[in-house]
Formats: sequence, C-alpha cells, structure tokens
Amino acid sequence: MNKLISVEEAVNMIQDGMTIMVGGFLGCRNPYVLVDALVAKGVKDITLIANDTSFPEIGIGKLIVNKQVKKLISSHIGTNKETGNQMNSGELEVELVPQGTLAERIRAAGAGLGGVLTPTGLGTIVAEGKDIITVDGREYLLEKPLRADIALIVGAKVDKKGNVRYKKATRNFNPLMATAADIVIVEADEIVEVGEIDPDDVMTPGIFVNYIVGGNA
Amino acid sequence: MDEKEYIARRVAKELHDGDVVNLGIGLPTMVANFIPEDIEITLQSENGFLGMGPVPEKGDEDPYLVNAGGIHVTVNPGGVFFDSAESFLIIRGGHVNATVLGALEVDEKGNLANWMVPGKMVPGMGGAMDLVTGAKKVIVAMNHTAKGNHKILKQCTLPLTAVNAVDLIITEMGVMEVSDKGIVLKEINPEFTVEQVQAATGATLIIAEDLKPIEI
Repeated sequence: MNKLISVEEAVNMIQDGMTIMVGGFLGCRNPYVLVDALVAKGVKDITLIANDTSFPEIGIGKLIVNKQVKKLISSHIGTNKETGNQMNSGELEVELVPQGTLAERIRAAGAGLGGVLTPTGLGTIVAEGKDIITVDGREYLLEKPLRADIALIVGAKVDKKGNVRYKKATRNFNPLMATAADIVIVEADEIVEVGEIDPDDVMTPGIFVNYIVGGNA
Repeated sequence: MDEKEYIARRVAKELHDGDVVNLGIGLPTMVANFIPEDIEITLQSENGFLGMGPVPEKGDEDPYLVNAGGIHVTVNPGGVFFDSAESFLIIRGGHVNATVLGALEVDEKGNLANWMVPGKMVPGMGGAMDLVTGAKKVIVAMNHTAKGNHKILKQCTLPLTAVNAVDLIITEMGVMEVSDKGIVLKEINPEFTVEQVQAATGATLIIAEDLKPIEI
C-alpha cells in the first residue's frame, strides 16, 4: 500500500468546517509544509485542536492570523496575540483545556475510552458544566474524548509503512493525535525505506498513519 | 542582589538531592542557576522531557529542542524524551517532587490564581493546573506585591488555577507556609520588619514562634 502522497493531494482532503488536530509545541515543531499549504488553500471554519497557537508567523499561528479557525481547543494562547484578539472580538470560539487533560482526552479517543477522570481543574472554571465523579472518596472531573477528522503530525524519520520516529522535544502530542483521527497524515523530515528504522525505535506504529508527505527539514 | 535573584536563591534551598523538579517560566526558571552543587536535581519540562539543561550558546540551538516556554535549551546526559501523555503522567501522577511557579494571587487556603485576568489577559493555563494539582510540593515564587497591591490574600479574586494547592510562598520579604490555620511567616528578610511584611499582605499572617532570618 502506497502511503506517499503530494502536499497538494494531502491538502485536498481537508475541507471547510473540518476538525483538525495538529501536533507541535509552541511551533517546535508543527508540520510546517502542510500548514503552509492549508494557509495557501484558505480552508476555513476549521475546528483546530492543538496544544497552543504558536507564534503569529510560525506554523499554525498563521492559520489563526489568516482567520481560518472558527473554534479552537487548546491549552495556551498567550504567545499569539491574534488568538486573544479574535477571542475577545467574538470571531473565534476558544475552549481552554489544561495541557495534561488535553493529552488524555486525545489519548482516550484513540484508546476507545469514554473519557478520563482527572483531579485537574476541580474547583476552577474548567469544572463548569462537567460531571464530578467520586472514586474511593476522591473527586475527579469527567473529561470526554477528543477526536478529529484529520490529524496532521510531524516526524523526524518515517518509513514507507508510516512508522514514525520523532526527535527530542518534538514528540509532544503527535503520537496521541495519530491515534485519534479518521485520517492521519504525517509530514516527514526524512522518508526512509521499510526496515531502516529499528522496530525498537518506532514511536508511532505505521498502522495509525494513512498518508506520508515529505517535509522540508 | 536584585529581588528576583534573592527569591530564586532561597527557593533553590528547598530542593533536595534526587528531586524531580518543574520550574515555571520567568523567575522560577532562574532557580536552576542556584541549585547547590552537592545535590543532583532532574528538571522536568512539560513539553516532554527530563534532564533539561541550560540555554545553549548562540548558534548552537537545536530546532528540535525547546523548553515549555518555547526557548531553546539543551538536554543533560541521562535525559529522556517522551510524549505529552507521559509528561503529564509524571506531573499529575505525583512523580514530580516540587514545582515552582509564579502567581497573580495566592490566598490563605492555598488557593492559587495565575492563569487569567478576565477581560484583560487570558493566556491559558498550559500545564499549570496539572502541575499544581499533581506535584508533591507547590512553591510559589513571586514578588510580595504587584505595584503596591496585595497578591497574598484572604481569598483570591481571580479565576483559580487550583484549590488548596500551594504549600510554600517565597517572596523578597519572607518565606511563608500555608497551613490549616492560615499563612505562617517562617522566615523574614532582615531588611524588613514583621509589621512591614504584614502591611504588604492581604491576609493575617501567623508569625512562627521560631521566626528566622532568610539565609541564602
């Protein structure tokens, strides 16, 4: 099964109004090539799930600046002033989620779980409207799974089966998002032949990856 | 010595050999510079690694390696990378011995507000809510007041980051422990009187019987 596709083919799968997860942490790194192509195509009304909205000129920060996002689910928006501006003006709906809860909600979706119970956010506005469940005398918030139509992730080394090896701090949300979307596209800094990544070193098994595009590392 | 360095040096003395520690952005980050040489601390970075090292020389930045503030850092020998779920397993699961972070407000119940000022500044909580919920010891390191306004209060007025979470408050004026009875002033900067510290505090301080001068 050939998973290698062009950036154009990848972006053609992404339509207005879709829910998209994008890996990365403060722009270190996002799938820059795929995101730039999304910006160029002008896909709009996106629901974006990402740890943060990066910086205005870097990676997914550009999607915000270009006003392509209708709803954002994220843990931190402080490094991109445009996100706050659009939130305050009412153009952008923002759901702020504690970072660990965001990770677990995505993981829960990928793992087929109905949600997770976490003490994080109890007694804060994060708890508003959520069920509180007591287990052995301790209270937890029920946080529900988060899925997407498409996940755009980024790997340092990807073989042609889609097995991914990440590098250093760029693993972050990528392995979780790879399990929680209908279509998963990985942007590879380097594409290698099957067998070139030691099975011990694969961090996301290729079964989760539908398509591979070349990056520009 | 400026106030921030004074606070950071005092915070560093709270850390123990073998501790896993998460330092927030800003003043808390400075604590790393003052860790006693005879103890070994492992710094955790919530974007997914243990063994965080110092900022690299200019030109040596690694595009794959930043800290949770997006600043290029290094990794020490023995460091480990992982994904965000494992990173927060470490944080939420009680595997971090101490977290040091700033605050907008702290109150005598140990409630903490440090992630938003409605209508003014809403950066988001990032990993802060998980950190103060899961870390074994939560140390707030901050200036005692903000432009003369109290930050240590009877009750927080801003949206909370967590309830009953703060263990210790370290400012340029003193070291304060949050107890069941209220905030206990345990150590005082010799440049201030107890009356001055109390006047700069919006909650009634309990003065420790063995109140000591801060040593750094």
